[in-house]
Amino acid sequence: MTHNPDTPEPLSNLSALGAEPDMNLWELRLYVAGRTAKSVAALENLKKICDEHLAGRYQIEVVDLLVHPQLAKGDQIVAIPTLVRKLPEPIRKVIGDLSNTDRTLVGLQLRPAKS
Amino acid sequence: MSLVIKNGSLVGHALPKAPTGIDGLDEITGGGLPRGRPTLVCGAAGCGKTLLAIEFLVRGAMEFDEPGVFMSFEETSEELAQNVASLGFDLDELERQRKLILDYVHIEPSEIEETGAYDLEGMFIRLGHSIDTIGAKRVVLDTIETLFGGFKDGAVLRAELRRLFRWLKDRGVTAIITGERGEGTLTRHGIEEYVSDCVLLLDHRVAEQLSTRRLRIVKYRGAAHGTNEYPFLIDSDGLSVLPITSMGLEHVASEERISTGIPRLDAMLGGRGPYRGSTLLISGTAGTGKTSLAANVANASCVRGEPCLYLAFEESESQLARNMRSIGLNLDTWSKQGVLRVIATRPTFQGLEAHLTAIHKQVSEFKPRVVILDPLTNFIKAGRQVEAEAMLMRLIDYLKAEQITAVFTSLTHGGSFLEQSEIGISSLIDVWMMLRDIELGGERNRAMYILKARGMAHANQIREFHLTDDGIELKNVYVGPEGVLTGSMRLAQESRERAATVTRKQEVERRRRELERKRSALEAQMAMQRAQFEAESEELALLLRQEEDASERLDLDRQGMAESRQADGPSEYVPPTSHSKGSKGERA
Repeated sequence: MTHNPDTPEPLSNLSALGAEPDMNLWELRLYVAGRTAKSVAALENLKKICDEHLAGRYQIEVVDLLVHPQLAKGDQIVAIPTLVRKLPEPIRKVIGDLSNTDRTLVGLQLRPAKS
Repeated sequence: MSLVIKNGSLVGHALPKAPTGIDGLDEITGGGLPRGRPTLVCGAAGCGKTLLAIEFLVRGAMEFDEPGVFMSFEETSEELAQNVASLGFDLDELERQRKLILDYVHIEPSEIEETGAYDLEGMFIRLGHSIDTIGAKRVVLDTIETLFGGFKDGAVLRAELRRLFRWLKDRGVTAIITGERGEGTLTRHGIEEYVSDCVLLLDHRVAEQLSTRRLRIVKYRGAAHGTNEYPFLIDSDGLSVLPITSMGLEHVASEERISTGIPRLDAMLGGRGPYRGSTLLISGTAGTGKTSLAANVANASCVRGEPCLYLAFEESESQLARNMRSIGLNLDTWSKQGVLRVIATRPTFQGLEAHLTAIHKQVSEFKPRVVILDPLTNFIKAGRQVEAEAMLMRLIDYLKAEQITAVFTSLTHGGSFLEQSEIGISSLIDVWMMLRDIELGGERNRAMYILKARGMAHANQIREFHLTDDGIELKNVYVGPEGVLTGSMRLAQESRERAATVTRKQEVERRRRELERKRSALEAQMAMQRAQFEAESEELALLLRQEEDASERLDLDRQGMAESRQADGPSEYVPPTSHSKGSKGERA
């Protein structure tokens, strides 16, 4: 059962964009488990990367699994922290505290993988 | 649950166990898996790990009221539900009843980019959430080694696995973790080092195109357990392990005798038939009536109202029923009444152990008093000689311990030494009946004799064996100066003998009459001679009297003459006898 009927509630809307769907909108979701060093670092690193590469066209929601453990199933979360690129499709996952910016960009396909 | 037991203070019964509910597994583990601890089940692909794990959960939920969580890393929940639906497990229904949660953890390495420090807290949270949702007591992780394919950082993974097993113990859930068998190690990624309480190894071997599944307890800390490899079976009811092991020879020998259904045969076996719980072997060449004899024993058991399990390896149930009807046995009636169960399979259908596991399962379920295996020889084909003997010994021990009378038939091949059981099981057999053909006078007749019968005086004679419309008849064979005769030659010889007897009787009668005649002739002759003799002796007596009279007269005459001559003495007297005799002869 890969589909989860529960819809995650956005905890943090950093970018309040209009209702019209934008092909360029990046919808990102960061799964954390409490306020650990790793999750704080991940969120900070993510914001930095987004501001640099996706200024004005991204949306981040942070899901704390300690609060909403049932949400882990929907996006098949095993590792923490996990960043999920919901849009644009296809879904991409990046795990870790995003401290390696190059790998994060590759993972989010903001930069082609090095040969 | 704190189950921290220091080394050295481990006592066998100190470790609480969670029954698996799986046939036989609880017996060999002495009650189940260690409660509140993780157990590793490892084995190669397709050996039944997942099934064992899921049955553990399903039985736990249904029989022991212990809800369970199945975390699958390989198969989706739908696939799992479909896979086990054939075993009668309705996972969806159990999920609806909140007794089971299936959680499919999908890890796609190509979708995952590692960008820094991480841990597997997500998995812990998912598992913890599932456990809390239904109050699970049992957890399965299948196959957790898949994680090693999804994450690159081995060090993190190992640390997290160690934490996971610690965490599972702290949660107090009884867990099964499955692992893929590795080269020279129990699991490919060595996760056995994290699980120290109980390790089960499943194996799926193929020998001569027949596969056999086996289970072995590699480790079970703090509990006595069997160390053998136990064959197990996956069938329509799930998994069953064959717990028969070193039974020893402790079974109680019954004094009770049971009938074979053939009065003459019972008579041959010490007059009252074989002992209950003994092992009977009927061996013989093709077409000597082994199956018919075995079916008779089955029939007799049914007549007594005792359930009988008939394992046919050559004929289908309906064929057996039809053929036995020709000798007056209505096996299908018994089948309908539920007192007879016929299981017909080809021996090559599965491996030897699988057969035995299946038999064991049937026996424990149906509880027969008589088990018939027809024929053993085909059954042996499903395995190698040594294995076959060992397994058969286990089966016999098991049946004996249950006081079940076993009847095996065995085909001996023409030409070879008939009394040789090709599988060398003679020492396991209590009563051995040999059926053989005797070819004489252009016909083939069946004969049987008892090669051995432990603990009873048995007939040592060969009996002729007849299959009639009314069943089996045993007849004395003709043993005489002409040798052993059977069939029509026996009949001919018997009538010849009858004719000879009549002739002999007539001859005796004739002789007797002749003697009688002779006797009466002799007697008549004797009477005549006696009469003649008497007549002669009478005449003689008359003559004697006359002679006496005459001599008296002569004396008187002489005295008269002497007186007249005045003689003074008788000196010149000449005795008169010679004269008188002579004169008498002249007169006669």
